[in-house]
This record gives sequence, C-alpha cells and structure tokens, in this order.
Amino acid sequence: MPTIQDFHQWPDPHGRFGDFGGQYVAETLMAPLAELTEAYLRLREDPEFLAELDRDLTYYVGRPSPIYHAERLSKHIGGARILLKREDLNHTGAHKINNTIGQALVAKRMGKPRVIAETGAGQHGVATATVAARFGLKCVVYMGAVDIERQKINVYRMKLLGAEVVPVTSGSKTLKDALNEAMRDWVTNVADTFYIIGTVAGPHPYPMMVRDFNAIVGREARVQMLEQYGRLPDVLTACVGGGSNAIGLFHAFLNDSGVRMVGAEAAGEGIATGHHAASLAAGRPGVLHGNRTYVLCDDNGQITETHSVSAGLDYPGVGPEHAFLKDAGRADYVGVTDDEALEAFHLLARTEGILAALESSHAVAQALKLARELPKDGIVLCNLSGRGDKDVHTIAAREGVQV
Amino acid sequence: MSRIDQRFAALKAAGRTGLIPFVTAGDPVPEHTVALMHALVDAGADVIELGVPFSDPMADGPVIQHASERAIAKGVGLPDVLTWAAQFRERDQSTPIVLMGYLNPVEIRGFQRFADEAVKAGVDGVLLVDCPLEEAEVLAPLRNAGLQQILLAAPTTAPERMAQLCEAADGFLYYVSFAGITGAGRLSTQDIAARVADIRKHAKAPVAVGFGVKDAQSAKAISGFADAVVIGSALVERLGGAKTASEITAKIDDFLRPIRAALDAA
Repeated sequence: MPTIQDFHQWPDPHGRFGDFGGQYVAETLMAPLAELTEAYLRLREDPEFLAELDRDLTYYVGRPSPIYHAERLSKHIGGARILLKREDLNHTGAHKINNTIGQALVAKRMGKPRVIAETGAGQHGVATATVAARFGLKCVVYMGAVDIERQKINVYRMKLLGAEVVPVTSGSKTLKDALNEAMRDWVTNVADTFYIIGTVAGPHPYPMMVRDFNAIVGREARVQMLEQYGRLPDVLTACVGGGSNAIGLFHAFLNDSGVRMVGAEAAGEGIATGHHAASLAAGRPGVLHGNRTYVLCDDNGQITETHSVSAGLDYPGVGPEHAFLKDAGRADYVGVTDDEALEAFHLLARTEGILAALESSHAVAQALKLARELPKDGIVLCNLSGRGDKDVHTIAAREGVQV
Repeated sequence: MSRIDQRFAALKAAGRTGLIPFVTAGDPVPEHTVALMHALVDAGADVIELGVPFSDPMADGPVIQHASERAIAKGVGLPDVLTWAAQFRERDQSTPIVLMGYLNPVEIRGFQRFADEAVKAGVDGVLLVDCPLEEAEVLAPLRNAGLQQILLAAPTTAPERMAQLCEAADGFLYYVSFAGITGAGRLSTQDIAARVADIRKHAKAPVAVGFGVKDAQSAKAISGFADAVVIGSALVERLGGAKTASEITAKIDDFLRPIRAALDAA
C-alpha cells in the first residue's frame, strides 16, 4: 500500500476504505441505501441542518465535553499524564447520543416517522429511544435476549422513554443477532422506517455517517488540547467494539502523524482462550453486516460467538475504517482482558471518583499501560466513552456481592 | 451451453414453467442431503437451489435462519455442501445446482479455491445474497471458472439499476417478489406480473420469481408470467423434523408434486 498522506479523504464514493467497507447487502436494501446516501451527502453540506445539529449537541447533549487531567490516577501510575475526554458526561451517559441525534435529524428530514435500532449494552438503544422521544418518532429497539438479561436497567430505561424493546432469540442472542433482526425489519418496512445503526459498521453510508457524527469528539479534543496544553497528545486510546467512539476520537487526529493511536479491543478471558471479541487483533478479513472488515469466524466462514465482560464490545466484526487504519499501519489495536478492565475500573473509581462504563474501562486499562511507557511530560488522551452506572450490577455479580 | 442455459432452453421449447426448490444443505438430516436432492428432481424440480448454511443470514426469515442454525449445529459447512453436490452429480448430470448463501464462507474458503472446487463438484451457479452487482468484482475467479452468478432484482430496484441487472443477468435473474425477507407472506400478483413482464422484455436471461410462494395456488399464479418459480421457506418448513430419507422423500412428494402439476396445467 502506498504511503497515505490524507486520511480524511476516505471513504471513496463506493463507501470503501481501501479494501474495506462497501455495500455487501441484499438487492432489496440497495435502493434504501442509495436514498439514504443521497440524503445524507446533501444534509452534511446543508448549513440549516448543521446548525440544528449543533444546537442540539450544545443545549440537549451538553457539549462540549471537557478534557479532564486525571492527576491522582496519573500519579498512581507514575508515568505520563493521563487525560480523559469525558463523553460519560453527555446526556444519557455516553458518546452514543452524538450519533443518534444526528441520525434522528436525518430521519426527520427524510420524512421517516419510525426509527429502529439494535443494541448490545443498551447504551445505543437508550440513546435512540431518547432522541426518538425528543423528536416524536416511533421507536423499536432490537436487543439480544442474553444482553436483555445482563442490562435490565437499560431495558427499563428504554421502555420509560417510550420505546418498544424486542428480544432477539436467534444465534448467540447478542449484538450481532440484534443487528441481523433490525436489518430484517428495515428490509420489510423501508418505506416509513429509518434504521439508526449504533456503530461505524454496516453498509455504506453508515460507517461514514456514524463516524461523521462522532467525529465531534476528536474535533473538540484537538482544539481543547491546543488551547489548554498548547500541544497535541502523544497517544490516543479508546475502546473498540464496533469502534464508533474510537473513530470519533481518532478521526480529527489522523493526519497528525506525530499522534499515535491505540484501539483497545476486548480480549475477554485472553485471546489465547478463544473467549474474546478482538476482531482486529485476532480476526481475519471477511464480510459481515454489509461491509468487508476484520471478522471473527471459523474455517467454514461461520461468525463465532464472542465473549467480553462488557456487552458493548461483544461484537465479532469491527468498523471497516479501523480495518483500514490497521492495515495502513496508522493505528494499532491491542487486546485488554476482562480482568484488566475491571482493575482499571476500580482504580479510576478510587483515585478519581469516576465510575467508567466497562467498555470505557478497557480504554482506561490501555491508557495505564501507555502512561507507564511514556516519560512524565508525555500525554495520553483516553476517550472515557461512557459512565458505569449501568454496569454496577454486572460488577457486583462478578465479584460475588449482593446489591 | 451451461447446464442452467440448457435447462431453461428446454423449458421454453416445451412451454413449461420451471420449478426451482430451495433447501438448506444439511437440513433436516445432513446424511440425507443427497437423497433429498434426488427426491426434489423426482418430484419435478428443474433447478436446485442449495443453501449454504451461514451463521448470520441477514436477508432470510426465521424459517431459513433456523434451518441454517440446525445445520451449523451439526457441523455442516461449505466443504460438506461441495461434497454432496459432487455425490449428487454421480447420478444426475443434467439438473443444474445453484449454491445460494452469503459471501463470508466463500471469501474465507478463498475465491479461487472455491471456484475450482465448485466446478469440480458439478456446481453450475452461485447466488450470493450479500454480493450485489457493485461488489461483484471479487467474484471474477468464480465467473472465470465457469460458474454463473445469479443476480437478484427487487421491487425496490430503481429503473436505471434494473437495466444494469438485466444487462448483466446470467443463467437466470431472480426477482424477489416483495420488499422483505424470505418467507413472509405479501404478494400482489398483479404488481409482480407487471414488473416481471417488463423485466423479461429486457433481461438477457430468463426470470425466476420467488419469495412468498408457498403452495400450488400461489405458484400457479406466477407461472403465467415468469420463466420459473422459486419455492424456499415453505418447503424448508415442511421438511423440518423429518428423520429418515423415506420421510423426507414423502414430504417432498406431498408438497412439490401438486405444485409441479399446477405449473404444468397452467
């Protein structure tokens, strides 16, 4: 691959990031995807749309989110400074709403009265139910039966927000199956339904559109770094399931060749055990959910069941732009185990008074590793993508505590 | 002339509508798949669509999805499907076999390797649901090896795109008769008739109509204007639970023979 100068030119008009991405969908979806692509390409240049999005991000979501210097955590580690981009402080408690606000506005402009979504941890489902209520749209959320069991509070939150939660009992009963089911709903109800995909996967234009809506994270962070620290960070880190918060942070920095990027994937019980969700670190190129990317599958091409303590990272594929950044050598992707994430969760809680989501705790764990490797004046910028209130029961159960 | 082209030419010459049953390879009983295929032909199948089980069949409804899950649970994979195709060919050299499924199992096998193996096994065409025309470049090794790529057309397909599909159609063009997943029941015969009539005028290959066809009556309604009728979910559902080869054969006879008769009487 030739040296890439401008990482912001991707995807190409076919929705490809180098060898990855594309539109690997059934014929019935080609027309709705073309309709969506056309509408979105028009809206992303439309000053009125962008102004409306900006107003909601400011007054409804609560942007900009601060960059916080985790001093006691940094001191505890004894290495570089660890800065946290506080996406956990957004309305609904995670970065997910950056995207759902954007897509709901697109749905509204396209005249679609019904939105559907898939969800793993429930964060994207809650963020979708929230904006559906905000814009008066009917909302149906597909969620794997296993995830419903481990994320009961988010299920109830969605119901309180007026959404219908549909349990998915096929396959592994987790995020990937919820995505299959949502896609089927969309194929059947395309005329009045907008499918709000929660991550930078799926067929074009989703990886591009979801990235664009989350890229505000990195744009803000880049300005905040220059204003507050007079320099860019040495390294960025974020957790990667589908990869929306990671690409959101990375994107604005992709052309800053001095800034390293490390994605933290869920290594579960360890990559060697096979019980993990590290598609980039341990998978191979394939096709899943409408795009070519790295996938976890067996030699027959069957997608394998994944494991992670965090439902939001429990996904056997990954956004195609991450696959591209990996192969281009622009970003590194490494595994963080369940135990490492939990340890980081506790350490952050005790040193900084922040309960991070289990997903984000993977990024924190990676930030700790990176901080140890860098000198004291170095800077690690970690995307704290969500808050951990939703995970309190999971953590208690794992540690044998009755709540 | 390929087996698929020969079969459609013969149907046309005889003034008959083709019958294309779909079954998921390995379901309900992996060891009886070859017997099942022969039973399909005995009951009047003109082309066999053999489903390659996939873990994430996005475009399929619950019936075919569950058939896939059952087959995968019994360890069925692409190598088995190729083996069964080859075994079927030992006794039947004329009935075309189209493998229907998703791209990932083929990509993981390797496009060239799959192409060589499929041709050797006597497979005639492939219908990869999640590989539309725009992404079909990757299938060049398959086409070069002589496998025909069956394309899908849908009610949602825009006119300009339909023209491209008609131009690129090879073997047959598979028109999915409503915008939805396989096995759901929505079918306005008039709508389909009008669209298919138009497509047949332009397509470089015969047009088969499927999705939602569930019995002799609905098949017969389509036979008036299509070159062939595809029946999938309704058949797969009937076969579910059958244990022996004779049970499978009996169920196929009960289900397909009336459809065959209705098509021939039309």
